[in-house]
Amino acid sequence: MQLGTRKALDKAFSGLGIVSILLLVTALVVILGPIFVRGSRAFVFRGTVEYRRLMFEKYHRGRQESLESEMAEAARARQPVYDMIAAFEEELKGMSFAQRRRWRDSLDELKDLLRRLLGPFPGRKRPVVIREQYGETRWDRAQVTVHDVLFVESYDYSDATKMGTLVYAPRVEEFRGTSIEPLFSYVETHAREMLRPRRTFYWRFLFDESLDAHMFGGIWPEMLGTIYLAVGAMLFAVPLGVISAMYLAEYAGEGRAVSLLRTFISTLAGVPSIVFGLFGLAFFINTVHVSSSKSVLAGSLTLAVLILPTIIRASEEAIRAVPNTYREAALSLGASRLRTTLTVVLPAALPGVLTGIVISMGRAAGETAPIIFTAAVSVGRPLKVWQTLTQPTPALPWNICNLATEHAAQEEIVHVQYGMVLTLILVVLFLNVVAVALRARLSKKLKG
Amino acid sequence: MIGVSIHNSVTDRSSNTALEDNGPFETHIRAEAFSVLYGSSEAVKQVTCEIPAGQVTAIIGPSGCGKSTLLRAVNRMNDLIPGCSTRGRLLLDGENVYGPRIDVVELRRRVGMVFQKPNPFPKSVFDNVAYGPRLHGNHGRRRLHEIVERSLTRAALWDEVKDRLSDNALRLSGGQQQRLCIARALAVDPDVLLMDEPTSALDPRATTRIEDLIRELRGRYTIMIVTHNMQQAARVSDYTGFLYEGELVEFDVTKHLFTKPRQKQTEDYITGRFG
Repeated sequence: MQLGTRKALDKAFSGLGIVSILLLVTALVVILGPIFVRGSRAFVFRGTVEYRRLMFEKYHRGRQESLESEMAEAARARQPVYDMIAAFEEELKGMSFAQRRRWRDSLDELKDLLRRLLGPFPGRKRPVVIREQYGETRWDRAQVTVHDVLFVESYDYSDATKMGTLVYAPRVEEFRGTSIEPLFSYVETHAREMLRPRRTFYWRFLFDESLDAHMFGGIWPEMLGTIYLAVGAMLFAVPLGVISAMYLAEYAGEGRAVSLLRTFISTLAGVPSIVFGLFGLAFFINTVHVSSSKSVLAGSLTLAVLILPTIIRASEEAIRAVPNTYREAALSLGASRLRTTLTVVLPAALPGVLTGIVISMGRAAGETAPIIFTAAVSVGRPLKVWQTLTQPTPALPWNICNLATEHAAQEEIVHVQYGMVLTLILVVLFLNVVAVALRARLSKKLKG
Repeated sequence: MIGVSIHNSVTDRSSNTALEDNGPFETHIRAEAFSVLYGSSEAVKQVTCEIPAGQVTAIIGPSGCGKSTLLRAVNRMNDLIPGCSTRGRLLLDGENVYGPRIDVVELRRRVGMVFQKPNPFPKSVFDNVAYGPRLHGNHGRRRLHEIVERSLTRAALWDEVKDRLSDNALRLSGGQQQRLCIARALAVDPDVLLMDEPTSALDPRATTRIEDLIRELRGRYTIMIVTHNMQQAARVSDYTGFLYEGELVEFDVTKHLFTKPRQKQTEDYITGRFG
């Protein structure tokens, strides 16, 4: 081949490499960027006075005097709204039954919306459900509710050839000519005074229990559950995996049975995780009865089975890569095979083994399917260590799925969902960074 | 346990007899029609010879002639190779190394080995030397320190590393690493030291230091050294065996073998006609 052609090919090849890496980075940014932005809204947002009231009443945070003065300010701003409603209700009393019926439904809807925005009306009994005890705690949600107050959603079907189009009709039209008419412009202009949004950094999102099924509060039970499950899986999978790898690499030799075993392990690594989930239910819970129903223990065992092949393969590779000269040196000094493996081979293979372990820990933390049937529930309290033997737990991956698909007020808690996604990504990312750092450190130590 | 009496009969092993003194010797290792087979192919064929105690015996020969195999047969390192078997007898202090009652761990403690490439463990200098003693039950700090110092001194490395005992051994130079490996082998107090081309990965200066060291160790240990380098064999050894295609062609006092070889093949090899 000509020198020129060869050089051109070389360049083309390295160019291709750079392009593919750039593509990868772009994809990562495109995928992770929005998640970071949206997830951060669980931590950083504009909290309203309702948020501060919630924090004070439910978590005992904040100062009572400042909260009370702020509440008083907000109440002053809200008073005209309640006055106007009271006046309108007075007005209704003077009307005929038919007229009253005309307004009743519209007024009830308006009052519901205002309750959602500002919390229960003053002087009423405190509602039982926590989400009804408070108005909008977040300014971004409050703006949506204000919009709902001001506009009625309806569909325009005038063009029969097309699907209906969504139109927002001003709600004020329904009440045109009544004493409540000015309420709408008042809400529009005085929303800030009524709710007093302020920049809030809610880092305790990570460490708070949630209230009323994630309507308020944080994700600590989910985080803790994820940690329990991942650590539990490690407790079972690491000793088993490393010992298996040691056996395969150092003792098993190259027989047909052994190569068949290796094929099995590789195949196991490729089995869909939902299969492991069902296996965990059928085997650990229904057959072995490690717990009477879902539990962290059963989930950990299932995850351990899932990541075992990965750990075995990574560890075996690492052990095989240890130069034979180390083994020879130890054996020539009179070390037994086991002793050689434990004191020389395994330490030298440690960077690779640990990398495999930490990466599969990330996998265990992020898997959803294996824990659906074996460990996960949608709402729960943080467990004590001994409770993990018998009790199920919420966990990040499962609750992300659950909030997205099954939660009644799914739209109102999108920020919680994204917060969970972000947290999970950060946990896995953190584990991977730990793996890289650990590997670098140990390799440096081994290389001197 | 094994052949202690013969051990003791070796007269004054520490005395450094001159290289010229090649009178009748105490036999330390004896091969009797000893063969090593890989599967069905014979790597070492019916070798019979006697390795003198406290002296340096070189084994030379072209690549692939089986000299490393013969060396590794002495401490049974060949056991690790699947399909490797032996015939005949190989006696260490009168006891068959391949006999049924031999304890391989004890055998390897008595027969130290230094490899072609320096292979210190990726541990500290101290831990490298202390590895063997710890293996055999020495755990006291002071005792270990004594052993480490003595071994490193014997390997002519103590002065260079005494201030960096906790450094990683892989930071030493190649020559230092090889001397560390020798110290590590000496630390378990062996009788025999096997050296498998110990200088082939080293530069000339480091090689000279190792050769000096071998001369210093002579008398205290029975040394078997495999080498490619005939000058080296001539410089350091008392006896030399020439191995060709698995057969021991000639075994004699080094001086005689290199000046008046009895076999044509030996002469051809040492004069550089082949190999």
